[in-house]
Amino acid sequence: MYRKKGKRKAKAVNGAVGECLKSCTKFHFIHEKGINRKPKCLHVVDNLIVLELEDDPNRTTNIPQYDIAIVGGGMVGMALACSIASMPLTKHLTVAIIDSNPALASGPCINKDDPPDPRVSTVTPATISLFKDCGSKLEAKTSKGQVGKMVDLGSLLHFDLKGGGNRYGGIGAWEYVEQHRHAYFDKMQNKDIQKTIFPTRLSSMSLHPSSSSTALDDKLSRATLLHRGNLAKLEMSDGSSLCAKLVVGADGSRSRIRELAGIKTTGWKYSQNAVICTVEHEEENHCAWQRFLPAGPIALLPIGDKFSNIVWTVDPKESSNCKSMGENDFVKAVNHALDYGYGPHPGSRLFGGGNLFTWLGADGTSSMNESFEVPPKVVRLGSERMVFPLSLMHANYYASKRVALIGDAAHTVHPLAGQGVNMGFGDAFSLSKVIAEGVAVGSDIGEVSLLKKYEADRKTANIAMTAILDGFQKAYSVDFGPLNVLRAAAFHGAQYISPLKRSIISYASGEQRLPLIT
Amino acid sequence: MERRSNLRSIKSWNFFFLGCHCHAIIRWDAEGPFKPLHLMNPTRLAFIRSTLCRHFRKDPNCARPFEGLKFVDVGCGGGILSEPLARMGATVTGIDAIEKNIKIARLHADLDPITSSIDYRCTTAVIKFVRGRFLLSSYILTMRAENLVEERGEFDAVFALEVIEHVADPADFCKSLAELTVSEGATIISTINRSMRSYAAAIVAAEYILHWLPRGTHQWSSFLTPEELVLILQRASISVQEMAGFVYNPLTGRWSLSDDVGVNYIAL
Repeated sequence: MYRKKGKRKAKAVNGAVGECLKSCTKFHFIHEKGINRKPKCLHVVDNLIVLELEDDPNRTTNIPQYDIAIVGGGMVGMALACSIASMPLTKHLTVAIIDSNPALASGPCINKDDPPDPRVSTVTPATISLFKDCGSKLEAKTSKGQVGKMVDLGSLLHFDLKGGGNRYGGIGAWEYVEQHRHAYFDKMQNKDIQKTIFPTRLSSMSLHPSSSSTALDDKLSRATLLHRGNLAKLEMSDGSSLCAKLVVGADGSRSRIRELAGIKTTGWKYSQNAVICTVEHEEENHCAWQRFLPAGPIALLPIGDKFSNIVWTVDPKESSNCKSMGENDFVKAVNHALDYGYGPHPGSRLFGGGNLFTWLGADGTSSMNESFEVPPKVVRLGSERMVFPLSLMHANYYASKRVALIGDAAHTVHPLAGQGVNMGFGDAFSLSKVIAEGVAVGSDIGEVSLLKKYEADRKTANIAMTAILDGFQKAYSVDFGPLNVLRAAAFHGAQYISPLKRSIISYASGEQRLPLIT
Repeated sequence: MERRSNLRSIKSWNFFFLGCHCHAIIRWDAEGPFKPLHLMNPTRLAFIRSTLCRHFRKDPNCARPFEGLKFVDVGCGGGILSEPLARMGATVTGIDAIEKNIKIARLHADLDPITSSIDYRCTTAVIKFVRGRFLLSSYILTMRAENLVEERGEFDAVFALEVIEHVADPADFCKSLAELTVSEGATIISTINRSMRSYAAAIVAAEYILHWLPRGTHQWSSFLTPEELVLILQRASISVQEMAGFVYNPLTGRWSLSDDVGVNYIAL
C-alpha cells in the first residue's frame, strides 16, 4: 500500500448523493444514537465518506459542567458526596447535588430539643467505621443501643445479640440514627470541595453519544467541535440544566434516574405495610427489640432521651386501622404487641434450658442464665404515625454508560433486619473507591468498564442479603405447625450454637461480606 | 502482509461508515474489536503511574501527578494511552504513522476539554512494505528529521507500548527513542516475550482461537526476550530500572501485574 505525499483533496459531494445516503441503514444508525443535527455537506476522502453536520446550538449556550451529578440528597447520596470529598484522589472533582428538599440548601440544623423524626435507620458497626474512614461523624440523634433482642413468638425463645459478642471482642454499638439528612451535610460544609446544591427536581436526562462534526481541513479550529458531546445532560424542572461526566442515581426506590436510563428491575410487593412512629418511655431505653408476630415483626428501636421508634409490619387493612385509631388505643396496641399479647414470655424452660446445646459452645453465653427482660412500656406517642408499603426490588444492573445507581434506587428490602440503608452506604463507599481508582489511572469516570467494577463489587453482596431477608420474611409469614417447630429449632440453634451465632452477628454487623463463609 | 491485511480488513468495512466518527466509536468501544487493549489499559497505567511517580519523585496520591511533564506516545493508535496520561496532568504528544488513527484520536480527545490539549501528529512520510513489514523505524527517522528536530530531547518520558514488536530494526528504534528524551528522562516500552508460552498465548490463542487480534498481527520471530530488550536499550544508553509482566486471568477477565514476564511485559 502506498500513500502519496501530501493530502488528497477533499471532494464535496452534492446534495443528491447525500439524500441517497440518508436512506442507508447505517446512516439511520447514527440518527438513532441521538445526533439531531441536519447534515450540511458530504466529503469523500480516500474511501471514507465524511458527513459534516450543522453547528450544534447547544454549543453556544453556557451549560455548567460538573464531574459528578448526584441526583437525590438523602443519606446515601450525601454519604457518597462526603466520601468523594474526603479522598485525596477525588476531592478535586466538582459535584452537583440535585434534590428538591429546601432544607438541604439551608445548612445543618439538627436541634437537640426537636422531637425525633419518626423515620429511623439502623447503622451497623461496619457503616460507622466507613464513615470514620472518610472523616465524618454521625451527628444526628443517636443512642448507643448496645444490645438487641429478637423474640420468636412461636417457640418462646429469644435470640440475644449481646451474648454472641462479648467473648469475641465486642460487637460495638448498633446505632440508631434519625433519618436526618443534615447529619452528613454538616461534614461537607467543612470540606473545601466544589459542590453545588440544585434545589429542584430532575425532569429529563439525555446521554449524548459523541455527536460532533469532523473537519477535514485541519486549519479549522478544534473549538468548533462540541466539547459537551460526550457528557450526560440533565434538565431540571426549573428550566436550568447541567452536564456531567457521571450521573449517580441516589433518588430512592422510585428512582427517576433509573427510569430515564432504562434500567429494568426485578421484585415483588410484600402484602405488608410498615407503620412507623416515635414513642416515649418513662425511662431511657438502651435496648433494641424485635418481636415476630403472625402478621409481621414489630421493632422497638432506641434513639436516646427516652424516645424510641416503632417499626411495625402489618397487613394493609391493619395498617389503616393503626393509622386511624386514637393515640391511646395505638399505645395500648403497641404495648400489647410488644409484651403480653399473643403468647407468654420466652423462658428457659424449653429444651431443658438450652442444656442440649451447651456441649457445642465452649462456654455458655451469659444470657442463658439471665431471666427474660421485658421491653419497656410505651407511655405516649412522640410523633404522627406514617405508613409505607413494603416491597422487594432489585435493579437488573447498577451501571450503564455515565449512570450509576446506589442505595434504594438499586435495591429495596424488608426492614426486618435494618439492613437497607447499610447496603446503600456500602454502595456509596464502594462507588467512591471505584471512582478514585479510575482517577488514579486517568480513566473517564463515566466509562462503563469502570462502573461495572462497582457493580461487580456490590451486586453479589446485595443479592445475598436481599435473598436472606426475603427468606426470613417468607419464613415468618407462614403460620403452620410443623414449619413453626422447624423455625423455632433453627432460632434456638442460632441462639445457643456459638459459632453460628457469632457468624450471624458478624454478617449482620457488616463485618462479613457473605454469610457463613469466613 | 499481515499488517496490510489488517488495514485492508479495516478498509472493507469502513466504506459503509460515515465519518471518522464511527471509527472512533469502534476503536473506543470497550466491548468491541479493541476490547483486549481496553482491558489491559488500566493495568499498564497502574504500572506507569507508580513507576513514574517514583522516578520523577511525585506524590502518588495527587490526582494529577504528571503536571508539568512532557510525554510522547509513539504509535499512539486511537489515543487509548495518551488520554489517561493527559488526565493525569501531562502534556502529551501522540504520534502515529497512520493518518486515520490520528484523526480518530483527535476526534475522541476533543470531546473532553482536558484531553483536547493532546498534540497528535501524523507523518506524511512514505511507508514502504518490505516483505510486508511495517517499516516503522524509517518513519521515525524521517519524523525526527522533519517534525521533531526542534523538539529533540525535550520529552520527559517516551512511551512505546506494543510497538517494538512491529519494528524492523529494534536497535535503531531504541536509539531514536533515546534521542527524544531529556538526559534524566524515562523510556517505557512494552512488548511480548519470545517464548513457547507467548507463541501459544499471543499467536495461537489470541489470533486463531479467541480472535482478539486479526491473524498475522504479530510475528513470533520479531518478539524480544527481556534480556534482548535490556541489551538493545543499554546500547542505546537507556538503563532498565524496572520490569513487570502482565498476566491475564481468564476467569475474571482481568489483567494484573506480576513478576511473570513469560508473555507480556513492560519495562521502564
